[in-house]
Amino acid sequence: MTSQYKTSKGNRMWRAASNHLATGLAILSTILVITPLVVIFIYLLYKGASSLNFAFFTKIPRPVGETGGGMANAIVGSGLLLLVGSALGVPIGIAAGIFLAEFGRGGKLANLVRFTADVLNGVPSIVMGISVYSLIVLPQKHFSAFAGGVALGIMMIPTITRTTEEMLLMVPHAIREAALGLGVPNWRSVLSITLRTASPGVITGCMLAFARVAGETAPLLFTAFGNQFWSVNLNQPIAALPLQIYVYALSPYEEWHRLAWAGALVLIVLIVVSVSLVRFVTTRGVLKGAS
Amino acid sequence: MGVGLQVTNLNAWYGTNHALLDINLPIPANEATALIGPSGCGKSTFVRCLNRMHETNPIARVTGSVRMGDIDIYNDVSPVEVRRRVGMVFQRPNPFPTMSIYDNVASGLRLNGFSNRRILDEIVERSLKNAALWDEVKNDLKKKSGASLSGGQQQRLCIARALAVDPEVLLMDEPASALDPVSTAKIEDLIFQLKSQYTIVIVTHNMQQAARVAERTGFFLNGRLVEFDATHKIFTNPGDKRTEDYITGRFG
Amino acid sequence: MNFKIQDVRVPGPSETPSPVSDPPSGPHPGEGPSAIRKFLLSRGSSAFADRGFRWLMVLCALTIFGIVALIATELTLRSQLTISKFGIKFFFGSAWDPVNGKFGALPFIYGTLVSSLIALVIAVPLAVGVAVFITEMCPRKLRGPLSFFTELLAAIPSVVYGLWAVFVLVPLLREHVNPVLMKLLGWTGFFSEPNFGIGMFAAGVILSIMILPVISSLTREVMTAVPHSQREAVLALGATRWEMIRMGVLRNARIGIVGSIILGLGRALGETMAVTMVIGNRPEIVKSLLAPGYSMASVIANEFSEASDDLYLSALIEIGLALFIVTIIVNALAQLLVWVVTRGAPARVN
Repeated sequence: MTSQYKTSKGNRMWRAASNHLATGLAILSTILVITPLVVIFIYLLYKGASSLNFAFFTKIPRPVGETGGGMANAIVGSGLLLLVGSALGVPIGIAAGIFLAEFGRGGKLANLVRFTADVLNGVPSIVMGISVYSLIVLPQKHFSAFAGGVALGIMMIPTITRTTEEMLLMVPHAIREAALGLGVPNWRSVLSITLRTASPGVITGCMLAFARVAGETAPLLFTAFGNQFWSVNLNQPIAALPLQIYVYALSPYEEWHRLAWAGALVLIVLIVVSVSLVRFVTTRGVLKGAS
Repeated sequence: MGVGLQVTNLNAWYGTNHALLDINLPIPANEATALIGPSGCGKSTFVRCLNRMHETNPIARVTGSVRMGDIDIYNDVSPVEVRRRVGMVFQRPNPFPTMSIYDNVASGLRLNGFSNRRILDEIVERSLKNAALWDEVKNDLKKKSGASLSGGQQQRLCIARALAVDPEVLLMDEPASALDPVSTAKIEDLIFQLKSQYTIVIVTHNMQQAARVAERTGFFLNGRLVEFDATHKIFTNPGDKRTEDYITGRFG
Repeated sequence: MNFKIQDVRVPGPSETPSPVSDPPSGPHPGEGPSAIRKFLLSRGSSAFADRGFRWLMVLCALTIFGIVALIATELTLRSQLTISKFGIKFFFGSAWDPVNGKFGALPFIYGTLVSSLIALVIAVPLAVGVAVFITEMCPRKLRGPLSFFTELLAAIPSVVYGLWAVFVLVPLLREHVNPVLMKLLGWTGFFSEPNFGIGMFAAGVILSIMILPVISSLTREVMTAVPHSQREAVLALGATRWEMIRMGVLRNARIGIVGSIILGLGRALGETMAVTMVIGNRPEIVKSLLAPGYSMASVIANEFSEASDDLYLSALIEIGLALFIVTIIVNALAQLLVWVVTRGAPARVN
C-alpha cells in the first residue's frame, strides 16, 4: 500500500514537472522563432532606412568607386517583370481555377491538373530559371525581360489556381442556381456571378502569388539577367530589385552594400504591405455576404 | 400571358435512384397549380424538370417530354432558352450577394446582354411593384445590397428578379417554407395576383397554402403522381385512398 | 433551333385571349412584355459560347500540365550529353573539374542533403514547439499576431535572408557560436578548423529560419484538424495539459506533422539564393560542418552563366533535373501525409 502511494506521488510530481517543462519549452521555442524575425526586421529597418534617400528611387547605379546613385532602373524593371508575369499568370491561373471548381469536379482531368499545380508549386525556383532559359533564352540567343516575366508568371499560376478553386467552391450552390434559373448562359453566370461573388478571395490569391514572386531572384538569374542601365525594352536584359540586391550584397564595396540594404527594405515593405492587405481582407470576411 | 405545359411520361433519376416515375400531367395556362406530398416524394424534382434545372446535377437524368405550347422543351430548345421562359423561385431566397437591389432585378436581362437603361429602369420598377416590394425598397434601390434585406423581402426580390425576364411560366419550389407567417401571407397574396398573368406551379408541403392559392392540385407520393384534380375536389372529396390519408393527416 | 421557336410563338396579345382584364400593377408602360420576350428569344441558345468558354478553361488548366511536362522534357533533353556519357556514375563521382571535363555531382548532393538536415534538426523542434504554443497554450489575443508573424517570416524573399545572413548571421557564428561549438563538440570532428563563418553550418542555420514557418504553419493546420473530442477524451481521464497535447493531439496529428516536415525538407532542398550566399561554394566533401561546401541549387546559380561548353551546361542541367525529380517526390509524399490527416478520416491511433 505505502509503496504504491509513494510511486503515485512521485508519478504525480513527475507529471506536473513535465507539464511545466513542456509549457516552458513551447514558450522558449516561440521566443527563439520570433527573435530572428524581429532582429532581421530591426536590422533591415535600421540599415535600409539610413541608406534610403531620394536618389535611390530616381537614379540608376553609378560605376564602381563613385558614391551616390540608386536603383530606379531595378525598381522599374521589377515592376515591368511583375507586370509581364501577372499578365501571364493571373488569367491562366484564374481560368484553371474556374475549370477545377466549375467543370472538373472530381474528374480525372481535374485531379491531374491539381496534382501538376502542386508539382509546379514545389519546383525549385532555380530549376524554373534554367527551364525558362532553355525554353526561351537559348532559342532567342539573348537574355530578355520577357523571359524573366514568363518565369515569374509560371511561378504565380499554382497559387492563383488553388485559391481561385477554393474561393469558387465557397460560393453557395444556390447562387449558381439562381443565375442558371434566369436563363443566363453558363459562361456568363460563371464570370459575372460566381467569380464576382468570390472576387475578394480570388484577388487575395493573386496578391499572395504576386508577393511571393516579387522577391524571387533565382528564376531571373539567367532570364532577365540584370542590367546596370536604363531599359524598359522587353527584348533586352533588364534590372530587377532582387537581382541587384544579390549582386550588391556579394560585392566588396561598402557603397553597394548600403544600396543592397535599401533595396531589401523597399522589397520587404512592398511584400509586407501586400501580405497585410491580404490578411486584412481575409479576416474581415468579405465573403460573409455570400453565405 | 402564360402558356400551359403538357407533361408526358416523365421519368427522372438521381444516379440509380428513380425519383420520378411516368408522370403525366397537364398544367393549364394562367392558373396556379399546387403540388403537394410528403418530403422526398419527388415534387421538387418534378418542378426542376419543368425548366431543366434537374439536369444541372451531373448524376441526374430525365426521359419523357414536356411540351410548352407547341415546343418540346427537351428536344426543340436549349436549357438556357427554356429557363428564360420558365422562371423559378427557389426554396431559400438566393439574391446575388454582391449586387444591389436594382442590379439583382435587372440581372436576368443584363446578363443576357440587355443594356437599354431607360427600359431597364421601367422593368425594374414594374417587377418590384408586381412583387409587392417597390414601396419598401424604392429609396435605396442602388444603395442597398440584395443580401441586406430581410428573409421575406429577399424572397420577394427573387420573385421580382424572376418576373423581370417576363417568363411565361413561374415555378415556385416551396417559396415560403423558410419565411415567417407575415412574409408567407404576402407571398401568397402575390401568387394570387400573379396568376392572372403567368402560369404558376407551386410546390408546397403546406396543404392550407395549396388550398388558398391554387386552382388545381397534384398529390405526389414515392415519385408517382397519385392524383391530380381541381383543388376543392382534392381537399373535399379525393379520389384516391392515399390522398385522403395524406389530406386528413393519417399519413406517416 | 431559334427560328423554330419563333415559328411557333407569336408574341403579343394576339396569342391567347386574356382571361383577366386588369393586371395587378396597371398597364405596362412603354415596352410591353412581348418586347422583352422577343429580345430574349433573339439571344439564341448560347450553346456555342458556353462550349467555347468551357474549352478555354480546359485549355488553361491543361497549360499547367503542359508547363510541367515541358520543363521535364526540356531538362531531360538538354542533359542528354552527360546522362549518356556518365550515366548513373554522375551522381557518385566527387570530382568537379569543368576545365578538364570531369563532372561528378556528389559534393553538391552531399552539400544539399547535409545543409537541409542541419536545417531540419534545428527547425523541427522549434516549429513543433511554436505550433503547440499557438494552438494549445497561447492566449487567444496573441494567436492572431503570432501566426501573422510566422507568415511574415515565410514571405521574406530568399535574397533578403541571404543579405542578412552575409552581414549579420555569418559574423555572429564566426565570432560567438562556432568557437563554442568547436570547444564543446570539436572531438566529434564535425566542428573543427577552419572557422570562416561561411560554410555548411551557416547555410543550415539560415535554411532552418527559412523553413520554420512552413513547418510550423502546416503543423498548426494539422493540429487544429484533430477533432476536439480527442482532446476532451484525454482530459477527461485526468491528464495534465501536456499529456493532453502529447496523447490527444500530437499522437493523432503525427502523420501530418511528418508530412509538414517533409514539405519543409522539400523547400530546403531547392532553396537557392540564401544558401548560395553563405555556403562557401567549394565542391568538396569535408567532415567538418564549419567548412565551406556547395549545394545543387547554388552550383547552378553560380556556374550556369559561365558554362561555356555543352558538356558543362549539360552537367548543370542534369543537376537541375535531379533536383526537380527529388522535389516532386518529396512534395508528393508530404502532400499525401498532410492530406491523410486533414481530409481523410480521423487519423488512426495504432
